Amino acid sequence: MAYSEKVIDHYQNPKNVGTLDKNKKSVGTGLVGAPECGDVMRLQIEVDDATGMIIDAKFKTFGCGSAIASSSLATEWLKGKSVTEAMTIDNMDIVEELHLPPVKIHCSVLAEDAIKAAINDYRVKNGLEVFKFDEKIVH
Amino acid sequence: MLNLPVYLDHNATTPCDPRVVDAMIPYFTNHFGNAASRNHPFGWQAEEAVDYAREQVAKLIGADPKEIIFTSGATEGNNLAIKGVFEMYASKGNHIITATTEHKAVLDTCKHIEKEGGEVTYLAVGADGLIDLKELEAAIKPTTILVSIMYANNETGTIQPVKEMSAIAKKHGVLFFTDATQAVGKIPVDVNKDGIDLMAFTAHKMYGPKGVGALYVRRKNPRVKVTAQIDGGGHERGMRSGTLNVPGIVGFGKACELAMNEMEADAKRLSILRNKLESALLKLEEAYVNGSTVYRLPHVANISFKYVEGEGLLMGFNKNIALSSGSACTSASLEPSYVLKALGLGDDLAHSSLRFGLGRFTTEEQIDYTIESVSNTVLKLREMSPLWEMYKEGIDINTIEWAHH
Repeated sequence: MAYSEKVIDHYQNPKNVGTLDKNKKSVGTGLVGAPECGDVMRLQIEVDDATGMIIDAKFKTFGCGSAIASSSLATEWLKGKSVTEAMTIDNMDIVEELHLPPVKIHCSVLAEDAIKAAINDYRVKNGLEVFKFDEKIVH
Repeated sequence: MLNLPVYLDHNATTPCDPRVVDAMIPYFTNHFGNAASRNHPFGWQAEEAVDYAREQVAKLIGADPKEIIFTSGATEGNNLAIKGVFEMYASKGNHIITATTEHKAVLDTCKHIEKEGGEVTYLAVGADGLIDLKELEAAIKPTTILVSIMYANNETGTIQPVKEMSAIAKKHGVLFFTDATQAVGKIPVDVNKDGIDLMAFTAHKMYGPKGVGALYVRRKNPRVKVTAQIDGGGHERGMRSGTLNVPGIVGFGKACELAMNEMEADAKRLSILRNKLESALLKLEEAYVNGSTVYRLPHVANISFKYVEGEGLLMGFNKNIALSSGSACTSASLEPSYVLKALGLGDDLAHSSLRFGLGRFTTEEQIDYTIESVSNTVLKLREMSPLWEMYKEGIDINTIEWAHH
Protein backbone atom coordinates (compact mmCIF):
# COMPACT_ATOMS: atom_id res chain seq x y z
CA MET A 1 0.00 0.00 0.00
CA ALA A 2 1.50 3.29 -1.04
CA TYR A 3 1.11 6.41 1.06
CA SER A 4 -0.21 9.63 -0.44
CA GLU A 5 2.26 12.43 -1.07
CA LYS A 6 0.67 14.52 1.64
CA VAL A 7 1.11 11.75 4.22
CA ILE A 8 4.73 11.35 3.19
CA ASP A 9 5.30 15.10 3.43
CA HIS A 10 3.85 15.32 6.95
CA TYR A 11 5.82 12.25 7.98
CA GLN A 12 9.10 13.64 6.66
CA ASN A 13 8.48 17.22 7.78
CA PRO A 14 6.05 16.98 10.66
CA LYS A 15 4.61 20.30 11.78
CA ASN A 16 4.47 21.32 15.43
CA VAL A 17 6.16 18.36 17.08
CA GLY A 18 6.69 19.12 20.72
CA THR A 19 5.38 19.62 24.19
CA LEU A 20 3.50 22.47 25.86
CA ASP A 21 3.47 22.87 29.63
CA LYS A 22 0.51 20.75 30.60
CA ASN A 23 0.30 22.43 34.00
CA LYS A 24 -0.50 25.82 32.50
CA LYS A 25 -4.15 26.79 32.80
CA SER A 26 -4.19 27.97 29.20
CA VAL A 27 -2.99 24.59 27.87
CA GLY A 28 -5.32 21.70 27.08
CA THR A 29 -3.86 18.20 26.61
CA GLY A 30 -5.49 15.23 24.90
CA LEU A 31 -3.85 11.80 25.14
CA VAL A 32 -5.69 9.15 23.16
CA GLY A 33 -5.09 5.63 21.81
CA ALA A 34 -3.19 2.84 23.49
CA PRO A 35 0.27 1.29 23.02
CA GLU A 36 -1.40 -2.13 22.58
CA CYS A 37 -3.28 -0.81 19.56
CA GLY A 38 -0.13 0.58 17.99
CA ASP A 39 -1.25 4.23 18.16
CA VAL A 40 -0.90 6.83 20.89
CA MET A 41 -1.48 10.50 20.11
CA ARG A 42 -0.86 13.42 22.38
CA LEU A 43 -2.21 16.70 21.13
CA GLN A 44 -1.96 20.00 23.02
CA ILE A 45 -3.47 23.40 22.46
CA GLU A 46 -2.65 26.73 24.07
CA VAL A 47 -5.56 29.14 24.21
CA ASP A 48 -5.46 32.92 24.57
CA ASP A 49 -7.83 33.53 27.49
CA ALA A 50 -8.88 36.95 26.25
CA THR A 51 -9.79 35.99 22.68
CA GLY A 52 -10.56 32.25 22.96
CA MET A 53 -8.20 31.70 20.03
CA ILE A 54 -5.78 28.76 19.81
CA ILE A 55 -2.37 30.40 19.65
CA ASP A 56 -0.25 27.26 19.66
CA ALA A 57 -0.67 23.54 19.08
CA LYS A 58 1.82 20.70 19.49
CA PHE A 59 1.73 16.94 19.08
CA LYS A 60 3.66 13.80 19.72
CA THR A 61 2.51 10.53 18.17
CA PHE A 62 3.48 6.87 18.46
CA GLY A 63 2.06 5.21 15.38
CA CYS A 64 2.21 4.64 11.68
CA GLY A 65 2.84 7.33 9.05
CA SER A 66 -0.87 8.07 8.69
CA ALA A 67 -1.25 8.60 12.43
CA ILE A 68 1.73 10.95 12.46
CA ALA A 69 0.40 12.83 9.42
CA SER A 70 -3.12 13.08 10.89
CA SER A 71 -1.86 14.63 14.10
CA SER A 72 0.58 16.92 12.30
CA LEU A 73 -2.24 18.17 10.06
CA ALA A 74 -4.55 18.58 13.05
CA THR A 75 -2.08 20.90 14.78
CA GLU A 76 -1.77 22.98 11.61
CA TRP A 77 -5.54 23.34 11.40
CA LEU A 78 -5.93 24.13 15.09
CA LYS A 79 -3.56 27.07 15.17
CA GLY A 80 -5.41 30.31 14.61
CA LYS A 81 -8.85 28.79 15.13
CA SER A 82 -11.14 29.64 18.02
CA VAL A 83 -11.89 26.80 20.41
CA THR A 84 -15.47 26.79 19.13
CA GLU A 85 -14.28 26.46 15.53
CA ALA A 86 -11.85 23.70 16.52
CA MET A 87 -14.75 21.68 17.87
CA THR A 88 -16.12 21.30 14.36
CA ILE A 89 -13.04 19.61 12.87
CA ASP A 90 -14.26 16.28 11.55
CA ASN A 91 -12.14 13.20 10.99
CA MET A 92 -13.44 12.93 7.44
CA ASP A 93 -11.87 16.32 6.66
CA ILE A 94 -8.53 14.77 7.61
CA VAL A 95 -9.25 11.65 5.53
CA GLU A 96 -9.96 13.82 2.49
CA GLU A 97 -7.02 16.14 2.93
CA LEU A 98 -4.51 13.27 3.37
CA HIS A 99 -6.24 10.81 1.00
CA LEU A 100 -6.24 8.15 3.70
CA PRO A 101 -7.29 4.68 2.55
CA PRO A 102 -10.11 2.89 4.45
CA VAL A 103 -7.72 0.89 6.64
CA LYS A 104 -6.24 4.17 7.91
CA ILE A 105 -9.46 5.97 8.77
CA HIS A 106 -8.95 5.07 12.42
CA CYS A 107 -5.88 7.34 12.41
CA SER A 108 -8.09 10.31 11.55
CA VAL A 109 -10.64 9.29 14.19
CA LEU A 110 -7.84 9.23 16.72
CA ALA A 111 -6.78 12.74 15.70
CA GLU A 112 -10.35 14.00 16.08
CA ASP A 113 -10.58 12.31 19.48
CA ALA A 114 -7.30 13.96 20.48
CA ILE A 115 -8.62 17.39 19.50
CA LYS A 116 -11.80 16.83 21.54
CA ALA A 117 -9.86 15.53 24.52
CA ALA A 118 -7.53 18.56 24.43
CA ILE A 119 -10.47 20.96 24.22
CA ASN A 120 -12.22 19.30 27.14
CA ASP A 121 -9.06 19.31 29.22
CA TYR A 122 -8.79 23.03 28.60
CA ARG A 123 -12.48 23.55 29.42
CA VAL A 124 -12.29 21.65 32.71
CA LYS A 125 -9.17 23.55 33.74
CA ASN A 126 -11.01 26.78 33.14
CA GLY A 127 -14.10 25.90 35.10
CA LEU A 128 -16.26 24.91 32.14
CA GLU A 129 -18.15 21.65 31.95
CA VAL A 130 -17.01 18.74 29.75
CA PHE A 131 -18.52 19.18 26.32
CA LYS A 132 -20.33 16.04 25.17
CA PHE A 133 -19.37 15.41 21.55
CA ASP A 134 -21.51 13.13 19.42
CA GLU A 135 -20.25 9.57 19.60
CA LYS A 136 -18.64 8.26 16.45
CA ILE A 137 -19.21 4.69 15.46
CA VAL A 138 -16.31 4.61 13.00
CA HIS A 139 -13.16 2.93 14.18
CA MET B 1 29.68 0.42 -3.88
CA LEU B 2 26.27 0.70 -2.31
CA ASN B 3 23.45 -0.97 -4.21
CA LEU B 4 20.01 0.48 -3.55
CA PRO B 5 17.33 -0.50 -2.74
CA VAL B 6 18.46 -2.88 -0.01
CA TYR B 7 16.40 -6.06 0.21
CA LEU B 8 16.30 -7.48 3.75
CA ASP B 9 13.08 -9.43 3.55
CA HIS B 10 14.53 -12.80 2.56
CA ASN B 11 12.18 -14.62 4.94
CA ALA B 12 9.33 -13.50 2.69
CA THR B 13 11.01 -14.53 -0.54
CA THR B 14 14.43 -14.58 -2.20
CA PRO B 15 15.47 -13.48 -5.65
CA CYS B 16 16.15 -16.25 -8.15
CA ASP B 17 19.84 -16.91 -8.46
CA PRO B 18 20.81 -16.12 -12.09
CA ARG B 19 22.30 -19.62 -12.34
CA VAL B 20 18.87 -21.02 -11.46
CA VAL B 21 17.20 -18.96 -14.18
CA ASP B 22 19.79 -20.12 -16.73
CA ALA B 23 19.02 -23.73 -15.89
CA MET B 24 15.28 -23.16 -16.24
CA ILE B 25 15.07 -21.31 -19.53
CA PRO B 26 15.45 -24.23 -21.98
CA TYR B 27 12.53 -25.96 -20.27
CA PHE B 28 10.14 -23.17 -21.21
CA THR B 29 11.01 -23.21 -24.90
CA ASN B 30 12.96 -26.12 -26.39
CA HIS B 31 12.31 -28.81 -23.78
CA PHE B 32 8.71 -27.96 -23.04
CA GLY B 33 7.41 -31.53 -22.89
CA ASN B 34 5.06 -33.00 -20.34
CA ALA B 35 7.04 -35.24 -18.00
CA ALA B 36 4.13 -37.68 -18.10
CA SER B 37 4.29 -38.09 -21.90
CA ARG B 38 5.86 -41.51 -22.21
CA ASN B 39 5.76 -41.89 -25.97
CA HIS B 40 8.07 -39.28 -27.42
CA PRO B 41 11.40 -37.53 -26.80
CA PHE B 42 9.75 -34.31 -25.56
CA GLY B 43 8.27 -36.23 -22.67
CA TRP B 44 11.45 -38.25 -22.07
CA GLN B 45 13.54 -35.08 -21.88
CA ALA B 46 11.18 -33.50 -19.41
CA GLU B 47 11.05 -36.64 -17.30
CA GLU B 48 14.83 -36.88 -17.30
CA ALA B 49 15.11 -33.27 -16.15
CA VAL B 50 12.59 -33.88 -13.35
CA ASP B 51 14.42 -37.03 -12.25
CA TYR B 52 17.69 -35.13 -12.12
CA ALA B 53 16.11 -32.31 -10.12
CA ARG B 54 14.52 -34.83 -7.79
CA GLU B 55 18.01 -36.17 -7.07
CA GLN B 56 19.37 -32.67 -6.45
CA VAL B 57 16.53 -31.90 -4.04
CA ALA B 58 16.80 -35.24 -2.25
CA LYS B 59 20.57 -34.93 -1.88
CA LEU B 60 20.30 -31.58 -0.09
CA ILE B 61 18.17 -33.11 2.67
CA GLY B 62 19.77 -36.57 2.76
CA ALA B 63 16.70 -38.29 1.32
CA ASP B 64 16.04 -40.85 -1.37
CA PRO B 65 14.72 -39.27 -4.60
CA LYS B 66 11.64 -41.49 -4.37
CA GLU B 67 10.75 -39.70 -1.14
CA ILE B 68 10.33 -36.31 -2.83
CA ILE B 69 6.81 -35.24 -3.83
CA PHE B 70 6.83 -32.04 -5.87
CA THR B 71 4.18 -29.52 -4.87
CA SER B 72 3.32 -25.93 -5.72
CA GLY B 73 5.06 -24.71 -2.58
CA ALA B 74 5.25 -25.05 1.18
CA THR B 75 1.62 -24.10 1.81
CA GLU B 76 0.52 -27.03 -0.31
CA GLY B 77 3.13 -29.25 1.33
CA ASN B 78 1.85 -28.31 4.79
CA ASN B 79 -1.73 -28.99 3.73
CA LEU B 80 -0.86 -32.30 2.11
CA ALA B 81 1.18 -33.52 5.07
CA ILE B 82 -1.31 -32.63 7.80
CA LYS B 83 -4.58 -33.38 6.00
CA GLY B 84 -3.02 -36.36 4.24
CA VAL B 85 -1.83 -37.94 7.50
CA PHE B 86 -5.10 -37.11 9.25
CA GLU B 87 -7.07 -38.95 6.57
CA MET B 88 -4.61 -41.82 6.03
CA TYR B 89 -4.22 -42.63 9.72
CA ALA B 90 -7.83 -42.00 10.76
CA SER B 91 -8.17 -45.54 12.10
CA LYS B 92 -5.21 -44.96 14.42
CA GLY B 93 -6.30 -41.68 15.96
CA ASN B 94 -7.32 -38.10 15.36
CA HIS B 95 -5.01 -36.04 17.57
CA ILE B 96 -2.35 -33.68 16.23
CA ILE B 97 0.17 -31.66 18.23
CA THR B 98 1.49 -28.38 16.89
CA ALA B 99 2.63 -25.02 18.31
CA THR B 100 1.20 -21.52 18.58
CA THR B 101 4.13 -20.02 16.66
CA GLU B 102 3.61 -22.07 13.49
CA HIS B 103 2.99 -20.45 10.12
CA LYS B 104 -0.63 -19.81 9.15
CA ALA B 105 -0.38 -22.57 6.54
CA VAL B 106 -0.05 -25.03 9.43
CA LEU B 107 -2.36 -23.30 11.92
CA ASP B 108 -5.20 -22.80 9.46
CA THR B 109 -4.84 -26.38 8.24
CA CYS B 110 -5.10 -27.52 11.87
CA LYS B 111 -8.22 -25.37 12.31
CA HIS B 112 -9.66 -27.18 9.29
CA ILE B 113 -8.77 -30.54 10.88
CA GLU B 114 -10.66 -29.51 14.03
CA LYS B 115 -13.75 -28.79 11.94
CA GLU B 116 -13.41 -32.26 10.44
CA GLY B 117 -13.57 -33.82 13.90
CA GLY B 118 -9.88 -33.87 14.68
CA GLU B 119 -8.34 -32.76 17.94
CA VAL B 120 -5.38 -30.39 17.96
CA THR B 121 -3.09 -29.37 20.83
CA TYR B 122 -1.32 -26.04 20.36
CA LEU B 123 1.84 -26.02 22.45
CA ALA B 124 2.98 -22.73 23.93
CA VAL B 125 6.64 -21.71 23.56
CA GLY B 126 9.10 -20.18 25.99
CA ALA B 127 10.29 -16.56 25.91
CA ASP B 128 13.04 -17.71 23.53
CA GLY B 129 10.46 -19.21 21.17
CA LEU B 130 11.52 -22.80 21.88
CA ILE B 131 9.24 -25.78 22.50
CA ASP B 132 9.53 -27.40 25.92
CA LEU B 133 10.31 -31.07 25.22
CA LYS B 134 8.61 -32.22 28.43
CA GLU B 135 5.44 -30.41 27.43
CA LEU B 136 5.58 -32.03 24.02
CA GLU B 137 5.91 -35.50 25.50
CA ALA B 138 3.14 -34.83 28.03
CA ALA B 139 0.80 -33.78 25.22
CA ILE B 140 1.08 -37.14 23.43
CA LYS B 141 -1.99 -39.33 23.88
CA PRO B 142 -2.96 -42.79 22.61
CA THR B 143 -4.90 -41.04 19.82
CA THR B 144 -1.97 -38.84 18.72
CA ILE B 145 -0.99 -39.48 15.10
CA LEU B 146 1.18 -36.49 14.23
CA VAL B 147 3.52 -33.92 15.73
CA SER B 148 3.83 -30.88 13.45
CA ILE B 149 6.48 -28.39 14.56
CA MET B 150 8.36 -26.05 12.26
CA TYR B 151 12.12 -26.33 11.82
CA ALA B 152 12.83 -22.60 12.07
CA ASN B 153 10.46 -19.72 12.64
CA ASN B 154 9.75 -17.28 9.84
CA GLU B 155 9.57 -14.20 12.07
CA THR B 156 12.33 -14.76 14.62
CA GLY B 157 14.54 -17.39 12.94
CA THR B 158 14.38 -19.51 16.11
CA ILE B 159 15.46 -23.11 15.39
CA GLN B 160 13.48 -25.78 17.23
CA PRO B 161 15.13 -28.89 18.73
CA VAL B 162 13.98 -31.05 15.82
CA LYS B 163 16.14 -34.07 16.60
CA GLU B 164 14.92 -34.24 20.19
CA MET B 165 11.27 -33.69 19.22
CA SER B 166 11.32 -36.36 16.53
CA ALA B 167 12.89 -38.83 18.98
CA ILE B 168 10.03 -38.24 21.39
CA ALA B 169 7.48 -38.72 18.61
CA LYS B 170 9.20 -41.92 17.47
CA LYS B 171 9.29 -43.29 21.01
CA HIS B 172 5.50 -43.00 21.13
CA GLY B 173 4.91 -44.28 17.60
CA VAL B 174 3.80 -40.86 16.38
CA LEU B 175 4.78 -39.39 13.01
CA PHE B 176 6.90 -36.24 12.98
CA PHE B 177 6.27 -33.56 10.37
CA THR B 178 8.20 -30.31 10.09
CA ASP B 179 7.55 -27.18 8.06
CA ALA B 180 11.17 -26.50 7.12
CA THR B 181 10.46 -23.65 4.71
CA GLN B 182 12.92 -21.25 6.35
CA ALA B 183 15.58 -23.81 7.19
CA VAL B 184 16.24 -25.92 4.09
CA GLY B 185 19.04 -24.44 2.03
CA LYS B 186 20.06 -22.13 4.88
CA ILE B 187 21.29 -24.58 7.52
CA PRO B 188 22.10 -28.30 7.26
CA VAL B 189 18.88 -30.33 7.33
CA ASP B 190 19.11 -34.12 7.11
CA VAL B 191 15.87 -36.09 7.31
CA ASN B 192 17.63 -39.16 8.71
CA LYS B 193 19.88 -37.47 11.24
CA ASP B 194 16.95 -35.27 12.26
CA GLY B 195 14.48 -38.18 12.42
CA ILE B 196 11.95 -36.46 10.17
CA ASP B 197 9.02 -38.44 8.69
CA LEU B 198 7.50 -35.67 6.60
CA MET B 199 8.90 -32.26 5.68
CA ALA B 200 7.57 -29.38 3.59
CA PHE B 201 9.85 -26.82 1.93
CA THR B 202 9.85 -24.51 -1.05
CA ALA B 203 12.13 -23.21 -3.79
CA HIS B 204 11.48 -19.49 -3.54
CA LYS B 205 12.96 -19.18 -0.03
CA MET B 206 16.28 -20.56 -1.28
CA TYR B 207 16.96 -18.58 -4.48
CA GLY B 208 14.71 -20.76 -6.62
CA PRO B 209 11.50 -19.85 -8.43
CA LYS B 210 8.08 -19.30 -6.87
CA GLY B 211 5.33 -21.85 -7.39
CA VAL B 212 7.33 -25.00 -6.71
CA GLY B 213 8.12 -26.86 -3.53
CA ALA B 214 8.39 -30.36 -2.16
CA LEU B 215 7.02 -32.61 0.50
CA TYR B 216 9.43 -35.21 1.79
CA VAL B 217 7.57 -38.42 2.68
CA ARG B 218 9.61 -41.15 4.39
CA ARG B 219 9.56 -44.55 2.69
CA LYS B 220 11.45 -46.66 5.24
CA ASN B 221 11.34 -46.94 9.04
CA PRO B 222 8.50 -46.25 8.95
CA ARG B 223 6.92 -46.21 5.51
CA VAL B 224 4.68 -43.14 5.56
CA LYS B 225 1.68 -42.54 3.35
CA VAL B 226 -0.52 -39.52 2.88
CA THR B 227 -3.95 -39.34 1.32
CA ALA B 228 -3.83 -37.23 -1.84
CA GLN B 229 -5.52 -33.85 -1.59
CA ILE B 230 -5.53 -33.22 -5.33
CA ASP B 231 -6.99 -35.99 -7.47
CA GLY B 232 -6.20 -36.54 -11.12
CA GLY B 233 -3.61 -38.37 -13.19
CA GLY B 234 -1.89 -40.03 -10.26
CA HIS B 235 1.39 -38.14 -10.59
CA GLU B 236 3.99 -38.20 -7.83
CA ARG B 237 3.21 -41.76 -6.78
CA GLY B 238 -0.45 -40.95 -6.51
CA MET B 239 0.12 -38.42 -3.72
CA ARG B 240 -0.09 -35.27 -5.81
CA SER B 241 -1.73 -35.23 -9.21
CA GLY B 242 -1.17 -32.46 -11.72
CA THR B 243 1.21 -31.92 -14.64
CA LEU B 244 4.65 -31.31 -13.23
CA ASN B 245 5.99 -27.77 -13.35
CA VAL B 246 9.11 -28.86 -15.23
CA PRO B 247 10.93 -25.49 -15.50
CA GLY B 248 10.12 -24.77 -11.86
CA ILE B 249 11.31 -28.18 -10.74
CA VAL B 250 14.53 -27.81 -12.75
CA GLY B 251 15.09 -24.43 -11.07
CA PHE B 252 14.34 -25.91 -7.65
CA GLY B 253 16.87 -28.67 -8.28
CA LYS B 254 19.52 -26.17 -9.32
CA ALA B 255 18.76 -24.02 -6.26
CA CYS B 256 19.24 -27.09 -4.04
CA GLU B 257 22.54 -27.93 -5.72
CA LEU B 258 23.77 -24.36 -5.21
CA ALA B 259 22.63 -24.41 -1.58
CA MET B 260 24.44 -27.69 -1.05
CA ASN B 261 27.70 -26.15 -2.31
CA GLU B 262 27.39 -22.66 -0.92
CA MET B 263 25.28 -22.90 2.23
CA GLU B 264 28.18 -23.13 4.61
CA ALA B 265 30.01 -20.12 3.20
CA ASP B 266 26.77 -18.11 2.86
CA ALA B 267 25.77 -18.87 6.44
CA LYS B 268 29.18 -17.89 7.76
CA ARG B 269 29.26 -14.61 5.85
CA LEU B 270 25.66 -13.73 6.68
CA SER B 271 26.00 -14.46 10.38
CA ILE B 272 28.91 -12.00 10.52
CA LEU B 273 26.82 -9.35 8.75
CA ARG B 274 23.75 -10.12 10.87
CA ASN B 275 25.77 -9.85 14.07
CA LYS B 276 27.24 -6.56 12.92
CA LEU B 277 23.75 -5.22 12.18
CA GLU B 278 22.32 -6.51 15.42
CA SER B 279 25.07 -5.31 17.73
CA ALA B 280 24.98 -1.85 16.13
CA LEU B 281 21.20 -1.55 16.47
CA LEU B 282 21.24 -2.84 20.05
CA LYS B 283 23.41 0.15 20.93
CA LEU B 284 20.21 2.16 20.69
CA GLU B 285 18.48 2.40 24.06
CA GLU B 286 15.54 0.10 24.72
CA ALA B 287 16.15 -2.19 21.77
CA TYR B 288 15.60 -5.91 22.27
CA VAL B 289 16.15 -9.08 20.25
CA ASN B 290 13.06 -11.29 19.90
CA GLY B 291 13.47 -15.06 20.02
CA SER B 292 16.46 -17.22 20.84
CA THR B 293 19.89 -15.77 20.09
CA VAL B 294 21.48 -19.20 20.57
CA TYR B 295 19.29 -21.39 18.35
CA ARG B 296 18.75 -19.09 15.41
CA LEU B 297 19.06 -18.97 11.64
CA PRO B 298 22.32 -17.20 10.74
CA HIS B 299 20.71 -14.57 8.51
CA VAL B 300 17.77 -13.46 10.66
CA ALA B 301 17.35 -10.83 13.38
CA ASN B 302 14.06 -9.68 14.89
CA ILE B 303 14.45 -6.55 16.98
CA SER B 304 11.95 -4.41 18.88
CA PHE B 305 12.64 -0.71 19.24
CA LYS B 306 10.52 0.25 22.22
CA TYR B 307 8.34 3.37 22.01
CA VAL B 308 8.32 3.55 18.20
CA GLU B 309 5.74 1.83 16.04
CA GLY B 310 7.01 -0.60 13.40
CA GLU B 311 5.04 0.59 10.43
CA GLY B 312 5.88 4.20 11.15
CA LEU B 313 9.50 3.13 11.44
CA LEU B 314 9.45 1.34 8.07
CA MET B 315 8.13 4.46 6.42
CA GLY B 316 11.33 6.28 7.32
CA PHE B 317 13.37 4.18 4.92
CA ASN B 318 11.13 1.85 2.94
CA LYS B 319 11.96 3.59 -0.31
CA ASN B 320 15.49 2.27 0.02
CA ILE B 321 15.28 -0.66 2.44
CA ALA B 322 12.77 -3.51 2.23
CA LEU B 323 11.93 -4.89 5.66
CA SER B 324 8.97 -6.37 7.52
CA SER B 325 7.40 -5.36 10.81
CA GLY B 326 5.48 -7.39 13.37
CA SER B 327 3.12 -4.47 13.67
CA ALA B 328 -0.08 -4.77 11.73
CA CYS B 329 -1.50 -1.31 11.57
CA THR B 330 -2.91 -2.04 8.12
CA SER B 331 -4.95 -5.08 9.07
CA ALA B 332 -8.52 -4.58 10.20
CA SER B 333 -7.86 -6.19 13.58
CA LEU B 334 -4.83 -4.02 14.40
CA GLU B 335 -3.44 -7.14 16.07
CA PRO B 336 0.34 -7.32 16.07
CA SER B 337 2.30 -10.49 15.30
CA TYR B 338 0.86 -13.56 17.06
CA VAL B 339 4.31 -15.13 16.94
CA LEU B 340 5.88 -12.34 18.98
CA LYS B 341 2.92 -12.32 21.37
CA ALA B 342 3.40 -16.07 21.86
CA LEU B 343 6.93 -15.28 23.13
CA GLY B 344 5.28 -13.23 25.86
CA LEU B 345 5.96 -9.84 24.30
CA GLY B 346 3.49 -7.13 25.17
CA ASP B 347 1.48 -5.72 22.31
CA ASP B 348 3.54 -2.52 22.52
CA LEU B 349 6.82 -4.35 21.92
CA ALA B 350 5.28 -6.51 19.21
CA HIS B 351 4.11 -3.33 17.47
CA SER B 352 7.68 -2.01 17.68
CA SER B 353 9.43 -4.87 15.93
CA LEU B 354 11.37 -5.13 12.70
CA ARG B 355 12.38 -8.37 11.00
CA PHE B 356 15.71 -8.37 9.19
CA GLY B 357 16.30 -11.26 6.78
CA LEU B 358 19.67 -11.15 5.03
CA GLY B 359 20.45 -13.09 1.88
CA ARG B 360 23.03 -14.36 -0.57
CA PHE B 361 23.38 -11.01 -2.32
CA THR B 362 23.39 -8.77 0.76
CA THR B 363 26.59 -6.70 0.99
CA GLU B 364 28.39 -5.14 3.91
CA GLU B 365 27.80 -1.68 2.43
CA GLN B 366 24.09 -2.39 2.48
CA ILE B 367 24.25 -3.44 6.13
CA ASP B 368 26.18 -0.27 7.03
CA TYR B 369 23.57 1.79 5.21
CA THR B 370 20.76 -0.07 7.02
CA ILE B 371 22.35 0.49 10.42
CA GLU B 372 22.53 4.21 9.74
CA SER B 373 19.03 4.55 8.28
CA VAL B 374 17.27 2.48 10.92
CA SER B 375 19.14 4.16 13.79
CA ASN B 376 18.39 7.64 12.49
CA THR B 377 14.72 6.86 11.99
CA VAL B 378 14.37 5.34 15.45
CA LEU B 379 15.93 8.44 17.00
CA LYS B 380 13.78 10.77 14.92
CA LEU B 381 10.54 8.95 15.74
CA ARG B 382 11.37 8.76 19.42
CA GLU B 383 11.64 12.54 19.48
CA MET B 384 8.10 12.43 18.13
CA SER B 385 6.83 9.70 20.48
CA PRO B 386 4.78 10.61 23.56
CA LEU B 387 5.67 7.21 25.02
CA TRP B 388 9.39 7.92 24.73
CA GLU B 389 8.88 11.26 26.48
CA MET B 390 7.01 9.50 29.30
CA TYR B 391 9.74 6.87 29.56
CA LYS B 392 12.37 9.61 29.79
CA GLU B 393 10.36 11.34 32.51
CA GLY B 394 10.25 8.08 34.45
CA ILE B 395 6.55 7.44 33.88
CA ASP B 396 5.63 3.77 33.58
CA ILE B 397 3.31 3.59 30.59
CA ASN B 398 1.73 0.46 32.03
CA THR B 399 0.27 2.51 34.89
CA ILE B 400 -1.64 4.77 32.51
CA GLU B 401 -5.26 3.92 31.84
CA TRP B 402 -5.40 3.85 28.08
CA ALA B 403 -8.67 4.30 26.27
CA HIS B 404 -8.78 1.14 24.14
CA HIS B 405 -10.71 1.50 20.97
